[in-house]
Amino acid sequence: MPVTGTGATSRIIRWIDYRLPFVAMLEHELHEYPTPRNLNYWWNFGSLAGIMLVIMIVTGIVLAMHYTPESAMAFDSVERIMRDVNYGWLLRYIHMNGASMFFLIVYIHIFRGLYYGSYKYPRELLWMLGVIILLLMMATAFMGYVLPWGQMSYWGATVITNLFSAIPIFGQKIVTLLWGGFTVGNPTLNRFFSLHYLLPFVIIAVVGLHLVALHTHGSNNPLGIDHKGPQDSIPFHPYYTIKDMFGLMVFLIVYAVFVFYMPNALGDAQNYIPANPLQTPPDIVPEWYFLPFYAILRSITFDVLGIPSKLIGVLLMFSSILMLFFLPWLDTSRVRSAKFRPIYKWVFWLLVIDVITLGYVGHNPPSGSIVTVGQIATFYYFFHFLILFPLIGKIERPRPLPTSIGAAVLGPAGAAGGN
Amino acid sequence: MLRFSLVLAAAAAFAFAHGGAARAQEETPSLPHQSWSFEGVFGTYDQAALQRGFQVYKEVCAACHPVKHLYYRDLTEIGYTEDQVKGIAAQYQVTDGPNDQGEMYQRPAKPSDPFAAPFPNDQAARAANNGALPPDLSLIVKARDGGPDYVYAILTGFKDAPANVKMNANMYYNEYFPGHQIAMPPPLTADGQLTYADGTKATIPQMAHDVVTFLSWAAEPNLNARHRMGAKVILFLIIAAGVFYAAKRRIWASLH
Repeated sequence: MPVTGTGATSRIIRWIDYRLPFVAMLEHELHEYPTPRNLNYWWNFGSLAGIMLVIMIVTGIVLAMHYTPESAMAFDSVERIMRDVNYGWLLRYIHMNGASMFFLIVYIHIFRGLYYGSYKYPRELLWMLGVIILLLMMATAFMGYVLPWGQMSYWGATVITNLFSAIPIFGQKIVTLLWGGFTVGNPTLNRFFSLHYLLPFVIIAVVGLHLVALHTHGSNNPLGIDHKGPQDSIPFHPYYTIKDMFGLMVFLIVYAVFVFYMPNALGDAQNYIPANPLQTPPDIVPEWYFLPFYAILRSITFDVLGIPSKLIGVLLMFSSILMLFFLPWLDTSRVRSAKFRPIYKWVFWLLVIDVITLGYVGHNPPSGSIVTVGQIATFYYFFHFLILFPLIGKIERPRPLPTSIGAAVLGPAGAAGGN
Repeated sequence: MLRFSLVLAAAAAFAFAHGGAARAQEETPSLPHQSWSFEGVFGTYDQAALQRGFQVYKEVCAACHPVKHLYYRDLTEIGYTEDQVKGIAAQYQVTDGPNDQGEMYQRPAKPSDPFAAPFPNDQAARAANNGALPPDLSLIVKARDGGPDYVYAILTGFKDAPANVKMNANMYYNEYFPGHQIAMPPPLTADGQLTYADGTKATIPQMAHDVVTFLSWAAEPNLNARHRMGAKVILFLIIAAGVFYAAKRRIWASLH
């Protein structure tokens, strides 16, 4: 839809668009981009994640103006931000709780994709780019948590970087490289700060690719069927812009409750104690969003075929995420949405329960029945993706799919292209 | 690999020693909840309690514990006038310099100085306290699970050790401290230990409550502003959500 009209603004826009089709592109992506008419509120979380990324980058850049990445000064510089920088407490609490909100949103976004089969043909690369974003987010969040240089920052960094020492032959060399020395120290803090600043921009680039892939075939939808004609879709703007705005306000209410009334509820009290290399905290626990993976890491308490338990734990933890790259091919069902998959519909919720159980296990010290529960939950996690996923697709008889989105939403009139 | 094992082993040993000590004696009782003026959505610090708490800190805690993140100027936020703050600061000597002769010198503290520390360095603090290091109290309320309730419980949790517990040298029995053996002698010893400027009766629970209020403020001086702003922000967001919801209904109405 080219800009018409004879006013000065229209002429300027036409002049620019002839040389750099920016407005035309916006017009195309927002107005003409057909979006399924039946997206439910679970589809809000993609745009929420994008907005959250912007919030994190903006608050992060301002925080970096006041933060000192030096091991003897980092902790105090954060307190300085909290006390003496104008609205520094607000910036820091937005950033700190923002990490939790970002993961909450992204996890919901991922589970939505799992439920509605958004990773299947032709959206495999879209999904894989999403997994890359998740990995980048995890690295960024981990390094960000180290920056305040509290007890949990220091000991979390020590435990997690040490994971790489489990790699045969090169392990110790890799760890030394990560640390920039022979223990976690000032060089570690410096490189983590540098990378914590860099990675979000890498995330932006991958998000760009994620969006290109998304706009190539358009959004999946709760019915999981392709759109077949104009009666199935509506323009993104104004229908989904307004729906996203409403969703954003509701999300911001939740976010604001954390920032203003329980800013430290999701953090660990230990991190308000300055890092002390000579004193290990009673429990070293990562932030909540890493707990399920931490539980998988600690679940293996025995050697297998001479492979040390530690190495197996590390491999399992990494493969628990890397496995997601192969999901489009592990799932043998051709039906996308769990709505029409009578068995998968239930198995999906078992996975949700399993991941929450893993989170609980990761939060508690590994002793007694917690260890057993963690092992069962870890086993189930892999069983779900590697065995159940391919199997269910083979044995399940999906319910009949509607003929079109319009038909399902509007009744027979919609199928005829009414509206 | 070796170092990883060492870290885990150290962590495990520590956790075991921790848990083991607690199990060997009775379990640490759960923290009794106190009522705090700064709790809840509309909570704000009680100014009178803050000033009394500052007095307790100044006359009792400050003998051993620094609060390095507080500056004398911060005291204007708990209701002292600038002149009063100047007077309070001037009671302390701080090291400044070097002067034009290249020498460090002592001068009375100014409002722009951080609270004077009781000891020049950690080693001096340990030497004066049987090897134990009294922690900085700036963030103590945020740095402990249970927050103000925990600090209150420690201050009021000193007891005679049960007969079956063998106390180490220079340690005191405290019901709420992990492992029950704490190097800090009971700081609040008797009702009337100090005389409050505002005439409040200085009982042990009163002093503990006041000083914990003061330390909560020291840890989170912006709580009042945060709570006020939060109410406005959330009210705005609720209204905005309502407006956007109405707009959404209106825009989507043509589709159905």
